[in-house]
Amino acid sequence: MAALTEEQSILKDQATSWVEAELPVQKFREFRNANSDGGFDPKAWSAMVDMGWTGILVPEAYGGSDLGYLTFGVILEQLGRQLCASPLFASAYVGASAINLGGSDEQKQQWLPAIVDGSEILTLAVDEQPRHQRDAIACAAKASDGGFVLSGAKTFVPEGMSATAFVVAAKSDAGDVELFLVPANTTGVSRSGMATVDNRDYARVTLSDVAVPAESHLGAMSGGELYEQVLNRACAGVAMEMLGVGCFSFEMTLDYLKTRKQFGKVIGSFQALGHRAAELYSAQEMARSCAEAGVIAIDNDADDQAAMSALSKAKTGEFLFDMSNQLIQIHGGIGMTDDYDAGFYLKRARALEALYGNQALHRDRYATLLGF
Amino acid sequence: MQNANEMESFRSDVRAWVNENFPTSLQGVDLAGIAGGESGAKADDDVKVGLDAWRQKLAEKGWGAPTWPVEYGGAGLSDPQADIIGEEIHNAGAYNPIPHMTGMGVTMVGPTLLEYGSAEQKARHLKGIASGEIRWCLGLSEPNAGSDLASLSTKAEDKGDYFALNGQKVWTSGAHISQWCGALVRTDTDAGKRDGISFVMLPMQQDGVETRPIRLISGISPFCETYFTDARAEKGDLLGNLNDGWSVVKRLLQHERQSQTGGRGVSMLDSEPLHVKAQRFVGTDDSGALVDKDLRQRLVRNYMDGTAHRLTAQRITDEAAGRVEVSAAASILKNSNTRFAQQKAELALEIMGSQGIGWSGDDFAEEELGIVREWLSGKAMSIYGGSYEVQNNIISKNVLGLPETTQKG
Repeated sequence: MAALTEEQSILKDQATSWVEAELPVQKFREFRNANSDGGFDPKAWSAMVDMGWTGILVPEAYGGSDLGYLTFGVILEQLGRQLCASPLFASAYVGASAINLGGSDEQKQQWLPAIVDGSEILTLAVDEQPRHQRDAIACAAKASDGGFVLSGAKTFVPEGMSATAFVVAAKSDAGDVELFLVPANTTGVSRSGMATVDNRDYARVTLSDVAVPAESHLGAMSGGELYEQVLNRACAGVAMEMLGVGCFSFEMTLDYLKTRKQFGKVIGSFQALGHRAAELYSAQEMARSCAEAGVIAIDNDADDQAAMSALSKAKTGEFLFDMSNQLIQIHGGIGMTDDYDAGFYLKRARALEALYGNQALHRDRYATLLGF
Repeated sequence: MQNANEMESFRSDVRAWVNENFPTSLQGVDLAGIAGGESGAKADDDVKVGLDAWRQKLAEKGWGAPTWPVEYGGAGLSDPQADIIGEEIHNAGAYNPIPHMTGMGVTMVGPTLLEYGSAEQKARHLKGIASGEIRWCLGLSEPNAGSDLASLSTKAEDKGDYFALNGQKVWTSGAHISQWCGALVRTDTDAGKRDGISFVMLPMQQDGVETRPIRLISGISPFCETYFTDARAEKGDLLGNLNDGWSVVKRLLQHERQSQTGGRGVSMLDSEPLHVKAQRFVGTDDSGALVDKDLRQRLVRNYMDGTAHRLTAQRITDEAAGRVEVSAAASILKNSNTRFAQQKAELALEIMGSQGIGWSGDDFAEEELGIVREWLSGKAMSIYGGSYEVQNNIISKNVLGLPETTQKG
């Protein structure tokens, strides 16, 4: 993996051992069995807050540790391995990115410390249709009485039922997609939960003539630039979680190849399966390089960070798609049973594939960014 | 080891030296083809004189093999410093011909000699390689020993102070123009398949050695059939222990995979980016996107595969800094590079339409003809140096720890 500083290594080790001890996939199973409408365990979430993970992207002046995107990505990877459910990514990664990049000093003062201490849970409300498309935003933000009136409907909003505030993507009078901070209890905001295969918290959010003050607009970057940058960062973060989901799927599969016997031999001794494992391993290593390069490009403020973000989401997507299918296939019958964890990984894999655009969308973006 | 300032100052010294010493007569010449001894690449006298002067200057600096010890013709530099030399030579539009001029010398024979050679062997052979004066070939594969190399049958008989070699090698790169050969031979026919093999070095200019170039689908003949009929290899040229040639060759092949994970010097495929070529041949819509959407998706997949390969090679270099173990990572990179490069050539051919079936003549640009030949010669990438399938065997067994999939005697 990428070279880490001592501080990053310590955090990674802490995350790895905490996730394995406190929030293994068995906990996800228990939670799912008890809560079929999705969500996360609040105790696990407050433990993450206590460990300071909510402050990784937040400047020290606002109560965070400002350790950057690779550090956050490494934690997302560990959480992905055990399918840990929490609003950490939606709030402390995507939400914090939006405010860091687009917020005024006052907005940062108001929101960032609250993200860090967990008293506010932010989430980006962007999609309005089942297929993510960056420019398909109909939700309108009309200037009115010195503020804005937002109207529209959002769907598949991650952590949408537990969020205390939405970062709403809406089209300004000038036709640019801008971001607005809308507390969930604002008059005119309503939401309802959606039951999904990955048993996470998703909501439909309706905005009916929601009046918000001028200071709800994240205006430090104009002309739709903030929206693009926040989505680019979000995609690189999703890629790191996908990497964790895929790597653990690979390890489960490899372990099974070494222990399951048929025809008097472990099945990993069959060349067809040995070669399949070799191809998956190669895809995993390529995916890791791309996922890490995505978050490192943000930390370095690299000129090509938009392309690297698209690359990271597309290549980890390619790996995880194949890996999650082979996870089921190689496990055979047991992989089809709900008692076994493989299905959880397949389901989460597809939810993450669709989130903020699938492989094809990011290949299209990559080509466009490279000029063809 | 070195701090960033020292490296930057090293880099500027290298840059200044290259700019001062690279002969203007060699600017823009296909030195890779000439240094590699390819039949298609012809050099006029000016180029030959310039190339030899440039080679000598590089050799005096020890930059033919910068990481080798100074006493053996190297410069005793670190890997990062050697990378800087390579980058600066490339950036100046120059080219280091020594690795190509030595055949398998700099990339494979030399590093293996450094590990397995006696002091006397190192002193005798390494300087000629580092200076680019002695070209080496390798006699490994045989007609009935390709991927299953250990089933080789070329015999070396102990004649007291020398070995007498009898048998046939095939796919011997550059055998017809090489001065020395490293050959894998059977020295004990009663031992197990891998246990009776030794690695010997022998001069090619002798009565018992005959070479016949093999014409390939790409039209060139870089490989030979090599026949040994009582060919003589001195006892002092046995590399490693008697009957322990298999461990020598395993290490040799690791060096081969390492050297095959990058690209080669000059490529017609790189003369313009593929998407630019596609815009030229295929056309774009109002938004500037290629009109062939299917091609566009496949092109971008290939670009991503190339970037993923480069990022992985870089990551593995970073991870392995200071360590010697290269086998596992190198196996992944050979296949990823092969997939990317073969696909890239196929895309180039597809983009050119029927211009991509040109063989020779004025109907086709030099670049187009070059691409066709590279498309054909590139098919060997998944065959040589351990085929694509052998690499996957190595990954599944050595990297993933899965049981051996085939029976080996």
